[in-house]
Amino acid sequence: MLHIKCPHCGMRSQNEFSYGGDASVKRPELGKEVTDQEWDDFVYNRKSLRGKHWELWQHLSGCRQWIKIERDTATHEIFNTLKANEEIS
Amino acid sequence: MQKYSIFSLVKNAFSNHENWDLAWKDPTPKNEYDVVIIGGGGHGLATAYYLAKEHNITNVAIIEKGWIGGGNVGRNTTIIRSNYMHDDNALFSEFGMDLWRKMSQDLNYNVMFSPRGIINLAHSDAQMNVYARRGNSMRLNGIDAVLLNREQVKEIIPMADFSENVRFPIFGGLMQPSAGTARHDAVAWGYARQADSMGVDIIQNCEVIGFDVSSGKIQGVRTSRGNIKAKKIGLCVAGSTNILAEKLNMTLPIETHLLQACVSEPVKPVLDKVVTFGAGHFYISQSDKGEMVMGGDLDGYNSYAQRGNLPTLQHVLTEGIAMMPFLSKLKMLRTWGGIMDMSMDGSPIIDKTHIEGLYLNCGWCYGGFKATPASGWTFAHTIAQDRVHELNAGYSLNRFNTGHLLDEKGLGTKTWIS
Repeated sequence: MLHIKCPHCGMRSQNEFSYGGDASVKRPELGKEVTDQEWDDFVYNRKSLRGKHWELWQHLSGCRQWIKIERDTATHEIFNTLKANEEIS
Repeated sequence: MQKYSIFSLVKNAFSNHENWDLAWKDPTPKNEYDVVIIGGGGHGLATAYYLAKEHNITNVAIIEKGWIGGGNVGRNTTIIRSNYMHDDNALFSEFGMDLWRKMSQDLNYNVMFSPRGIINLAHSDAQMNVYARRGNSMRLNGIDAVLLNREQVKEIIPMADFSENVRFPIFGGLMQPSAGTARHDAVAWGYARQADSMGVDIIQNCEVIGFDVSSGKIQGVRTSRGNIKAKKIGLCVAGSTNILAEKLNMTLPIETHLLQACVSEPVKPVLDKVVTFGAGHFYISQSDKGEMVMGGDLDGYNSYAQRGNLPTLQHVLTEGIAMMPFLSKLKMLRTWGGIMDMSMDGSPIIDKTHIEGLYLNCGWCYGGFKATPASGWTFAHTIAQDRVHELNAGYSLNRFNTGHLLDEKGLGTKTWIS
């Protein structure tokens, strides 16, 4: 079982969270001409890294906020958690 | 190669079974091959076998980081079926069913194919309608499908919960009588033994470090056991696809996730069908040893761990107990996990790539095991002829770009995110 430190609520069990995928994926800017390749990269293509991976989670059964987590995809160790609007440094 | 038969069994009994030939050799890698298959799982071994058998290409190596059959072909719940609605999936899988039926004879290896039938349970009128539609599509493609009402299901699986006060009452189900199970390890070993006998080198404990690509063409592969030149290279590495794609500067419509399975203690025969729960994601069958073999949802977040966490297992088994309450009395014998190459529309990719001589076989999601023979057969064709076969034409890599998704569940992209 993962223990996730929600930046709003503190340490909680994995059961309270739902997963939202790779946090490094950026939606193409509004109003900009977007190529098919850019859409593909946004919608479908993923690096799916082995090792440290920034990802989105939602504290669904808690504060319901979206957060960012840096987790190792091979060991499940969690290094960092951020609020959704905080930039990955 | 020594043929396995009742006569060879008796003959070897006289020498205390000490003189059997090795099932496959342990060669050192040569400097160059016509084709190198990366990944010694079911699909890789099957591909090498069909390259040799159907296309007469025998200067082939399979390179495997660990040992053959140690990944998902050794970790699945052994279900074989072709109950798909879309033509591309249905025709591909049904072609595979034909190979499954002949496999034990073809490989001279008992894969214990057991066409015991699969039942997908329905828990609402709407679900019965969906199953009727899927069943009709299957029959139009020549696949057997039977729509069962509640009473008929009760006759076949009386141990399921047919009481009145249940959250998800059983309305009926869709059965494919010709579906079933097989002994998964034997599939890997049978393909390995035959491929080896036709000249394929099976090279284990050989990790891929990188690739040699020049002027858009694959030249070879760098491994922990030296550099190997190859005219053609096929990737069959399931959950490790993204890791190798990174070495090729490719980003694929694949995420790697963890899927768990488990078996109970062995009990007397109680269930002679494969059954799936329709109000969640749970499937069950009983092995020949008597264990109840069960599986369900992904753990739900990217993972290369090859072992799972308890919350998902608990969720999956709760579904199982809702469907068949007697399961709550059983003790759990083993649980394990494997890493799945989850494609973005839930269907696989068997295709050429933008690099000449590099071929891709991935994206099997929950359904890799049953596809083993058809995947090997079509991938061998794609590699040997340098063009896709009509059976895997729908499994193209660029369908995500053109919008021709093979969205069997009708849920859109990332069908497996819950």
